[in-house]
Amino acid sequence: MTHPIIEVANLTKQFGSLAALSGVSFQVGGGEIYAYLGPNGAGKTTTIRILTSLTRRDGGEVRLNGYDIEKNPLECKAQFGLVPQHTNLDADLSVKENLLIHGLLHRMERRAITRRTGELLEYMEMSDRLQTVVKKLSGGLKRRLLIARALMHAPKILFMDEPTVGLDPAIRRSIWGFIKKIRNDGATIFLTTHYIEEAEVLADRVAFLDAGKMVAEDTSANLMAAIGQWAVDYLEESRLRTAYFKSREEAGDYILTRASGCTVRRVNLEDAFISMTGRKIS
Amino acid sequence: MIRGWTAVYLRELFILRRRLAKLIPSWSVSPLLYLIAFGYAVGRHVAVGNHSYLEFLIPGLVAMASMTQAFAISSEINIARFYWYIFDEFQSAPISNLAYVLGEVLAGMTRAFLAGLVILILGACFGVVLSYNPLFWAALLLNSFVFASLAVGCAMNVRSHADQTLLTNFIITPMAFLGGTFFPLSQLPGWGQNLLQLLPLTHAAHAVRAAAFNDPAQAVDYLVLTGVGCLCFLFAILSVNRAKA
Ligand SMILES: Nc1ncnc2c1ncn2[C@@H]1O[C@H](COP(=O)(O)OP(=O)(O)OP(=O)(O)O)[C@@H](O)[C@H]1O
Ligand SMILES: [Mg+2]
Repeated sequence: MTHPIIEVANLTKQFGSLAALSGVSFQVGGGEIYAYLGPNGAGKTTTIRILTSLTRRDGGEVRLNGYDIEKNPLECKAQFGLVPQHTNLDADLSVKENLLIHGLLHRMERRAITRRTGELLEYMEMSDRLQTVVKKLSGGLKRRLLIARALMHAPKILFMDEPTVGLDPAIRRSIWGFIKKIRNDGATIFLTTHYIEEAEVLADRVAFLDAGKMVAEDTSANLMAAIGQWAVDYLEESRLRTAYFKSREEAGDYILTRASGCTVRRVNLEDAFISMTGRKIS
Repeated sequence: MIRGWTAVYLRELFILRRRLAKLIPSWSVSPLLYLIAFGYAVGRHVAVGNHSYLEFLIPGLVAMASMTQAFAISSEINIARFYWYIFDEFQSAPISNLAYVLGEVLAGMTRAFLAGLVILILGACFGVVLSYNPLFWAALLLNSFVFASLAVGCAMNVRSHADQTLLTNFIITPMAFLGGTFFPLSQLPGWGQNLLQLLPLTHAAHAVRAAAFNDPAQAVDYLVLTGVGCLCFLFAILSVNRAKA
């Protein structure tokens, strides 16, 4: 990891009697894509909301690009762009107006806003939608606009909370393309998802979050290698079970010992998550 | 400290501009009914002091409309907060609470100003044109400052949009009828007059009316509105953090 740009130590958050986060710590280096994986209710959104000053934390420390969230709240907010889980565009305003307001909120000059609007719409391949009222955009275009808006002020860090949720596979892949492009242009990306493939394709490092606790954190290759390379799914007492093996040969030998109904496949991140928590991500 | 308020204000202006064609008729309906029912039908032969009841009524309606429309900004904020989550966009931006409140309050004042203008035009249609001098506008703006600030403060404290509607029913509607809009306070017994002096709208209606009639202005009206306005504005700023979960 290069010099850390997101530093989180011992984050805790309680909602009434529910511990949404209990002592989460991690660091993300400059230029990394870091995927934060976990099932529904794990605390992914809560983490992002705390890091983006939308929710108050109960305890712990947060520094973004060196700025402490407590001591330098405004500087801290200037470091990131946010793609929230729920689309929060101004539906009655045009694409251009949405971007203009965001630019002004981030203290950009009018001329810079106009230039950046043109650049980003081209980047997101939606230049023809400048004057379109947002409520008339398709779901995929709204997501793209949401990403463009977050990039308006050229932030160092981009937080993306389930950036491809509810999109069809083709559009999801095109968004993955944009995310890689954004990273290659120098931003650090923190993304949450419960799409395994999304994390596998995009992330340099993956963190597993379960019930407010960090279970593991590593490259996806290492996380998967920890349990093996090959998985055999089989039925036992009418429940689907999985066994993991280091090599294809071992998997093959195992299949011979079982009667029927086995399938062999490569291990994925979901397997790694299940073997650590006993739970599925998606 | 206040940089970024233009973004908040401009957003509200964009929304206002899109909706103006619907808002102007809706701002006109109830004042028009009051003018016809009370001013024209009932009050035609009634005089209040040296003025016809219609002349008495119009400044009252201006004060009332600027109050209700300034306060209406709270609904806009709630809709943006609870249904569209746009409040998050402001909260995660590097702007101070002061800048946010200032932008929203100015938006409320703008709505109030336009709604007041609509009443003056309606009044002119009924043949009533009073003196719309700087003091008149100052009273109108101060009144809208009070209620727009109160609206932002309330919007930050409520937990749902339904709570907001309750506030309007219990605070704004009674004040609209009792704050010297429809009848002169001098008709009431002394204790009633004293009680109603506590309402900012009473002072607004009095100041607006005095200016419109070219009667001498009472400093106390302007002082009360300024004082209450500043308190409400402070309340709004301090409330912004409460809106975070
Ligand atoms: N404002 C709130 N008040 C009370 N409980 C909350 C609040 N926000 C979140 N929670 C609870 O905190 C826990 C973590 O929620 P969070 O939204 O962070 O999960 P998540 O990992 O983002 O889940 P999902 O994948 O469904 O988006 C959940 O049990 C949720 O019900
Ligand atoms: Mg979530």
